Amino acid sequence: MINFEYARASDVADAVRQIAGDPGAKFIAGGTNLIDLMKEDVERPSRLIDISRLPLNRVEETTDGGVRIGALVPNSDLAYHPLIEQRYPMLGSAILAGASQQLRNMASTGGNLLQRTRCYYFYDTATLCNKREPGSGCSAINGLNRMHAILGTSEACIATHPSDMCVALAALDAKVQVVGPAGERTISFADFHRLPLDTPQRDTNLEPNELLAAVELPAQGFRTNYTYLKIRDRLSYAFALVSVAAAMELEGDRIREARLALGGVAHKPWRDALAEGALRGQEANPATFRRAADVLLHDAKGFAHNAFKIDLARRAIVRALTQAARGTPQSQSDKRIQ
Amino acid sequence: MARARTVERPTIPVPAKISIVLVVNGAERPLTVAPWTTLLDALRDHLDLTGTKKGCDHGQCGACTVLVDGRRINSCLALAVMKDGTHVTTIEGLAKDGTLHPLQQAFIDHDAFQCGYCTPGQICSAVGLIAEGKAKTADEIRELMSGNICRCGAYLNIVAAIEQAMGQS
Repeated sequence: MINFEYARASDVADAVRQIAGDPGAKFIAGGTNLIDLMKEDVERPSRLIDISRLPLNRVEETTDGGVRIGALVPNSDLAYHPLIEQRYPMLGSAILAGASQQLRNMASTGGNLLQRTRCYYFYDTATLCNKREPGSGCSAINGLNRMHAILGTSEACIATHPSDMCVALAALDAKVQVVGPAGERTISFADFHRLPLDTPQRDTNLEPNELLAAVELPAQGFRTNYTYLKIRDRLSYAFALVSVAAAMELEGDRIREARLALGGVAHKPWRDALAEGALRGQEANPATFRRAADVLLHDAKGFAHNAFKIDLARRAIVRALTQAARGTPQSQSDKRIQ
Repeated sequence: MARARTVERPTIPVPAKISIVLVVNGAERPLTVAPWTTLLDALRDHLDLTGTKKGCDHGQCGACTVLVDGRRINSCLALAVMKDGTHVTTIEGLAKDGTLHPLQQAFIDHDAFQCGYCTPGQICSAVGLIAEGKAKTADEIRELMSGNICRCGAYLNIVAAIEQAMGQS
């Protein structure tokens, strides 16, 4: 870790002012990802601006029936918040599928969105990585790539976004509220994270001088027919090989509304409108679910060690949609998949 | 394969140390630390509280688990300056008046360790787990203790020890 200066932001305006005045500075909240990356010399800020004491830690109902989540709400508090448990149980389940309780106690909502890939080459400064050093090359494409992406990859980068929470937020059609020098703006969740293209150093469309202030959920929470199914190398405390957030509203056997998003397969939480379209209006049965999986995975492309993810994703999608339609969401403590 | 460039380290003046106060195991402990001093290093190297262990130093093993304002966290991923004014409880602060904390006693009763290196973190984590009140079954204990790795593999006895302490609380 390099030497750095430390300053505390007194309010949101002060935080935005401080970050605008110092291109080497970074915000710190929970620090669970940033400090780790600083210990590895991957992140090298000259100054940390501590925003952890700003009043962005509330979960509150909005006038349109949704919920606004302050960027500093810890992951654990969010997962167990009554509004989330009762109205957005898929979000709570996804959060509890990720990390450990110690990390969830520290990690903030905003930081979860802004966490960086766990690609081992990104973490290893002795290797080439376009995300870490633009233009240097990608070690994963022809290297060890078992954990890597099968959708939306580019020649520059095949890293995945590691979050579970974000997969549920994508499926729930959340919005991200940010504050910058010019004021506030709102970014749809689909537009928040980026595909790697030829600029994999940019994970999101948040500008360097902007502060992520809140995440807003619309009223529709899919409290009955949902699941978050995560497949990983060990039963707990591991990043997803493939994860699926699936939610629907049913009229009898017919799917009135459907949501489908995947984690562990792309540079961003992968939500596919065409696959959701293949579910909407159809009967909730295995044939429908298989069709949706085929649509979502139509352009999937495997590399030397991760081609298994395509079949795994297909089966996980069908299983997750079955769990959602049945109203029997995956337990995050009893690991049997049914 | 070509080698990556050597990491360029920007040269900046050594920043001033910062004065903070941690309330550690009930006692106010004024400290002067560099911005990059982790809470773990502050406890071990500045306050000589070496019960809290440094395992991986990356938040993956849980050996450094302490309670900050009653919540269990990985002290290796927390900067001491950011915890100014908080109440920190370490393994050294659990026994009261010469009597072991029920979890400490339960770990002994169930032989819930072999080498013992992960044990302070396991016990602090379990104190947090019981305070959270979310774990009712053995499956839930296992899931919510998954941030604490025991490479000796004493997990069965750790779960039994936690179940015993939960029954007493």
